[in-house]
Amino acid sequence: MSWILALPELALGCSGLVLLLAGVIPKTETFFPITMGAIGALLLTAVLVLGQGEGTALGGHYVADSFSGFMKILSLGAAAIALLVSLDFNEKEGLARFEFPVLVVFASLGAMLMISANDLMSLYLGLELLSLPLYVIAAFNRDNARSAEAGLKYFVLGALASGLLLYGSSLVYGFAGTTNFDRLADAFSTSQDASPGVVVGVVFVIAGLAFKVSAVPFHMWTPDVYEGAPTPVTAYFASAPKVAAIALLARVLLGPFGDLAAQWQQVILLVSIGSMILGSFAAIGQTNLKRLMAYSSIGHVGYALMGLAVSSDIGLRGLLVYMAIYVFMNMGSFAVLVAMRRQGRAVERIEDLAGLGRTDPTMALWMAVFMFSMAGIPPLAGFFGKLYVFLAAVQGGYWTLAVVGVLTSVVSAYYYLRIVKVMYFDQAVGALDRAPASLTIVMAGTGLFTLFFCLWPAPMLAAAQAAAAALLG
Amino acid sequence: MNAAGFPLLSLLTFLPLAGAAIIMSVRGDDEVIARNARWTALWTSLIVFLLSLILWARFDTSSAAFQFEEKLEWLPEFGVGYHMGVDGISVLFVLLSTALTPLCILASWESVTSRVREYMVAFLVLETMMVGMFCALDFIVFYVFFEAVLIPMFLIIGVWGGARRVYAAFKFFLYTLLGSVLMLLAILYLWYNAGTTDIPALFQYQVPHAAQAWIFFAFFASFAVKVPMWPVHTWLPDAHVEAPTAGSVILAGVLLKMGAYGFLRFTLPLLPEASATFAPLIFALSVIAVVYTSLVALAQEDMKKLIAYSSVAHMGIVTIGIFTFNQQGLSGALFTMLAHGVVSGALFLCVGVLYDRVHSREILRYGGVAKIMPAYALVFMLFTMASIGLPGLANFVGEFLVIVGAWRVNPWVAFGAALGMILGAGYMLYLYRRVSFGKITREDLRALLDLSPREYVVFAPLIVLTLWMGIYPQPFLSFFEASVAALVARHEAALNLSRLAGM
Repeated sequence: MSWILALPELALGCSGLVLLLAGVIPKTETFFPITMGAIGALLLTAVLVLGQGEGTALGGHYVADSFSGFMKILSLGAAAIALLVSLDFNEKEGLARFEFPVLVVFASLGAMLMISANDLMSLYLGLELLSLPLYVIAAFNRDNARSAEAGLKYFVLGALASGLLLYGSSLVYGFAGTTNFDRLADAFSTSQDASPGVVVGVVFVIAGLAFKVSAVPFHMWTPDVYEGAPTPVTAYFASAPKVAAIALLARVLLGPFGDLAAQWQQVILLVSIGSMILGSFAAIGQTNLKRLMAYSSIGHVGYALMGLAVSSDIGLRGLLVYMAIYVFMNMGSFAVLVAMRRQGRAVERIEDLAGLGRTDPTMALWMAVFMFSMAGIPPLAGFFGKLYVFLAAVQGGYWTLAVVGVLTSVVSAYYYLRIVKVMYFDQAVGALDRAPASLTIVMAGTGLFTLFFCLWPAPMLAAAQAAAAALLG
Repeated sequence: MNAAGFPLLSLLTFLPLAGAAIIMSVRGDDEVIARNARWTALWTSLIVFLLSLILWARFDTSSAAFQFEEKLEWLPEFGVGYHMGVDGISVLFVLLSTALTPLCILASWESVTSRVREYMVAFLVLETMMVGMFCALDFIVFYVFFEAVLIPMFLIIGVWGGARRVYAAFKFFLYTLLGSVLMLLAILYLWYNAGTTDIPALFQYQVPHAAQAWIFFAFFASFAVKVPMWPVHTWLPDAHVEAPTAGSVILAGVLLKMGAYGFLRFTLPLLPEASATFAPLIFALSVIAVVYTSLVALAQEDMKKLIAYSSVAHMGIVTIGIFTFNQQGLSGALFTMLAHGVVSGALFLCVGVLYDRVHSREILRYGGVAKIMPAYALVFMLFTMASIGLPGLANFVGEFLVIVGAWRVNPWVAFGAALGMILGAGYMLYLYRRVSFGKITREDLRALLDLSPREYVVFAPLIVLTLWMGIYPQPFLSFFEASVAALVARHEAALNLSRLAGM
């Protein structure tokens, strides 16, 4: 009865169906109870993941280990917070339809399947299950041209990425004769050097996944989609799918293609350097906060990929810690973005934050904490995320990577500081509306984590260490 | 446990945060909050200062070892721990930080009227970071405090600063951050190769010869910006001019010492060969700094800018002293750092007194102040003379020792340092003459009030310290004698070792 191992996914899938039914049947609008139910289902699934055993299931398509546990809990938590953030926003923007939480639940199911994929087939299935709901929720504000454009753009480019991924997978299958990760690993460990076909296939797979994590040079869709999509959707885009795609990238490259490291390392190295540079320089000129966060997330992916580029257990640990801290900082700052309203209308330019330090000191304080943390200033959590990936780069002797990393982090500090400057140094242009309780909770929770991570870093490091060990064996 | 019987250094470090928490929790109208914030901040910093006097009383000056040590596990499997302790090099800087903070809070009593609560919180957080930085005996903990100083200082300059405050705050932050991140890479290299970041343990680790130069320049990037050394000093005049008075005092009094402290604590003991190799470079940069910034100071129109350039010159003398590697030079550098902390802090307070009344820092705006404010003119003169290096006042002892130490290494370096003292007399007396003497050309100056009781209270301890350090320096020198001797011995032993290995 190997499917028992996949109990968390089954539970989440069933609850998604139940929520869908529960949303359809009543005549009244059921956005709030369904969202609450969805958050409950996500948390329940996270608990099930914690109690999950290890091993493979479903004919070797599905694997569960501490790595998948770590990443799943992260993406489930991010999805739950994104739903919490969406509650108030969707009510006010007239998007309070029960389909939204249901779609997020199914997207999260796709994310979990991706993280647990142990076969190129289940990888593709998970990826598509994640992507399809995302296309829909990007265009969820369907009367808004920008939102519709975001959905369409994401769909077209996402389809292209899927095509690249499938093409790569079929090349790998053609040259290696199997799609199962374990057997692929066996095949590559015995052969002396990889055939060009396999290498081309791996590069295509990387390209397809790089689309999903929005790494340079496959990042073009990110600013437009982030800007156009409703803000809670952007918050979700920037966290859970990214965690899942990074997890998948790590699993594919370090698992079946681990012995081809010499071939793919340069690709990841360039992608990482490119993302860090673009993420720091392109964000400087932005005036829209959501576009700025899009470039910032490109930069953060660059730092996280630094951990993968060095292809060591310390690097993987750094990547895991970085992603975990990134999710918290990111959700916190998006909670602030979602809370930005003036006289009931959502605003999203940087200047709209002017004087927030006077008009809403608490929110300004949290935003400042997130911005300093993203800039990597100690003692905030973001510094420790960077510390561990830089340590891995230094240890592996990747000095170019490390130097580019620290220098771009100084450049990116400029635009994070600009937000602090607007909040604290500039004159207020009029107060923002009071943030609703749900957002205040998210800000305070993630803010406290960011602020006090330095006191107890050991548990998260231990979890990341165990996860890294599980993947690298 | 340690000599105090309780975790004194942690208490000194984190007590200001408790004060900040109290200030944050006060509710009421603006007036109540402001009054409460001022008093809470003052009392917190005074209690911290009184506690820090235990260090003065119980510190064993005959030992070069780290004292008042505290150790807590933080990330044991990575060899990173929370380790605090002071030795002769750092103990007086802890005291300097805790002594200047209450004075700064008192100096901002009336001049800061907007967002008083945030201002006081920023100062208390700043005190935590400064004290923690000087006490940290773990490289990662040190780096955390070293960098975290930037956050409150950025806000202090940017929120309560002058007209070009945004530019100055960004320049300050990005300049120092750029230097520090390169040091971070060097720290990571040491961490990975030595397997620990514990500073006393790292002292046992011999950095490979080939890596020393790289690590030296990574440290140099960070510390030289902080000191600041020519040519990376340009952030300092901007930051000083735009910062509020108390911000300038802390900046000149403590923050500039962080770079020189870094050289003493890390560069010299960890990288003896590279330090010896690159000492001529440091000498050259320092002498240029001393002469060039002194000449620049002569041409300034703005009082704060003039004193800021004089700080660069004085810190040039400090870096000369550090890289002489002998007892006189190092003791002199440490003494100059302390004296400069007191005297330049006091000079910024003097400028602040005028600025509070007239709201101008322009030298030409004044003239004949001595006739209107005689007591103020006397205080200002005392600190002007101290800054020049008049015997009997604080700066003289340190600068004299540095020149003696430098003479033993290279008379030309000593000549450069001495030239700085001569030029220093030039620009400081020129400043003093234009501000205090001459005809009263502006009628509104006649209405100025002399020092208020609060200002007397602020200046009194600084006057006492300046005279004490000038007339009877031995109590201060005795603190770092043993540590400096140990540092010199270590340095020479390491050089001999490498010379033997080279033969």
